[in-house]
Amino acid sequence: MASIISIRNLTKTYAGGFTALDDVSLEIEEGEILALLGPNGAGKTTLISTICGLVQPTSGSVTVGGHDILTDYRAARSLIGLVPQEITIEPFERVINTTRFSRGLFGKSPDEAHIEAVLRALSLWDKKDSRNRELSGGMKRRVLIAKALSHEPRVLFLDEPTAGVDVSLRRDMWALVRRLRDDGVTIILTTHYIEEAEEMADRIGVINKGKLLLVEEKARLMKQLGKKKLVIELHDPLTAIPAALSEHNLTLLQDGRAIGYDYDTQADRTGIARLLADLTKAGLVVRDLETEQSSLEQVFMGLVEEDA
Amino acid sequence: MNWQSIRAIYIFEMARTFRTIPQSIISPVLSTVLYFVVFGAAIGGRIESVEGISYGAFIVPGLIMLTLLQQAITNASFGIYFPKFIGTIYELLSAPLSFIEIVIGYVGAAATKAIMIALIILATSALFVDLTILHPFWMISFLILTAVSFSLLGFIIGIWASNFEQLQLIPLLVVTPLVFLGGSFYSVSMLPPAWQVVTHFNPVLYLISGFRWSFFGVADVPVGVSIAAVGGFLALCLTVIWLIFRTGWRLRQ
Repeated sequence: MASIISIRNLTKTYAGGFTALDDVSLEIEEGEILALLGPNGAGKTTLISTICGLVQPTSGSVTVGGHDILTDYRAARSLIGLVPQEITIEPFERVINTTRFSRGLFGKSPDEAHIEAVLRALSLWDKKDSRNRELSGGMKRRVLIAKALSHEPRVLFLDEPTAGVDVSLRRDMWALVRRLRDDGVTIILTTHYIEEAEEMADRIGVINKGKLLLVEEKARLMKQLGKKKLVIELHDPLTAIPAALSEHNLTLLQDGRAIGYDYDTQADRTGIARLLADLTKAGLVVRDLETEQSSLEQVFMGLVEEDA
Repeated sequence: MNWQSIRAIYIFEMARTFRTIPQSIISPVLSTVLYFVVFGAAIGGRIESVEGISYGAFIVPGLIMLTLLQQAITNASFGIYFPKFIGTIYELLSAPLSFIEIVIGYVGAAATKAIMIALIILATSALFVDLTILHPFWMISFLILTAVSFSLLGFIIGIWASNFEQLQLIPLLVVTPLVFLGGSFYSVSMLPPAWQVVTHFNPVLYLISGFRWSFFGVADVPVGVSIAAVGGFLALCLTVIWLIFRTGWRLRQ
């Protein structure tokens, strides 16, 4: 798939000397959902803001649809829709007017049919004549999305799109993002919620202290870096792990009715065969076996802690 | 030139004007009526004429300039400061717009509103005094040039300001005194010679003088100097705004 955004050696050092982005290089493919994960202050928002023209890069280059964000900023920015993290919205303006304004601002001629379609897709059509300040927090966030979609962007940046949003609305947003992706829009979202990345992303980038630690397909990332837990259900419950099995670093589960064994799926030897042999030697009778895939959260924490 | 974007900003800003029509129009008109009552009727009754013009008519160009300057600065500074204050500036900065297009949109709307109110005050004045406009082309030209120049100044103030107090600082502490001391209500020739020299350092004098000339054909300074002063101020403001957008000062990190 072709890249729609190409980031090369991007660095941003603020006037105070803080380096928010440190030599970041990344290719974002057209039509994908890329989730950028990272703790607070990792550089996620700075990366988005730089691509969108809100932050001036110190060095490096970014192209959007082949257009440089500095030398050909008009063409680059016209492809981008941005939904910021904070709910920043004109309080006294009506929903439909604020959406029309965004379309005009991006140089698009008025298109009432498109504005109506966007507002309907976001369940805002009934509120089109309401003033923004009269809306709930969730609705305001949807207005921000409507504004970003009003000018038909090919790339949509969602900065923490579901921060502070209730579970039901979060699921609605995820559904909307998938629909947009199906329509060919490339989506880059930043999130704290691992669940969000796990649920939606095609690829995941992990960023910490301004450095892009990795970018990988979600499934492959979990497979490559994920650890599995083998849960061994025992016939007779244990009160403690027998000393003969101490080298396996086992944990007691389910009040002693099971033991857990963590192993790396990518290791040359998982140690499972030796563990089972040692269990037999120790006189333990195995009733059942089950494996659990570790969550993306554990993968993410592992990476960030490794980088600390 | 991205005219769609300019149009969007202009319409959005003008909508704010019409949304707040009572304070936008009634307040300056009421102030002007009060000025006429105080300066025109109460004090003006004791001054027969200034340079052959009735005092009531003499102060009309100064009153219009006073409101024009205040409105131009206030509208433009608020227009750009408010998005900064509430955070919606992100949209403007991420849009495919050049600085000149942003300026045309905001300054155009601010200047339009200021000119609208100036014309309303002119019409209100005509209810109180007999007015003649000897040079209507130059009257309109001075109105437009001054409105645009001071809207540019307001735009700069709006970008510079980091709170509402700073937004009010220059209009209240600098512009209003300069207008009052720039010959709004008197002719410079009425001042002692030393003060006449000092007054010539006041840039607003040149605006009021040129504007008054367009009404009555009398001026404190040659009209060519007034036009050059407005043109110079316009160029200065445009240069400052160009530098602001080029460097991203107070806008981009």
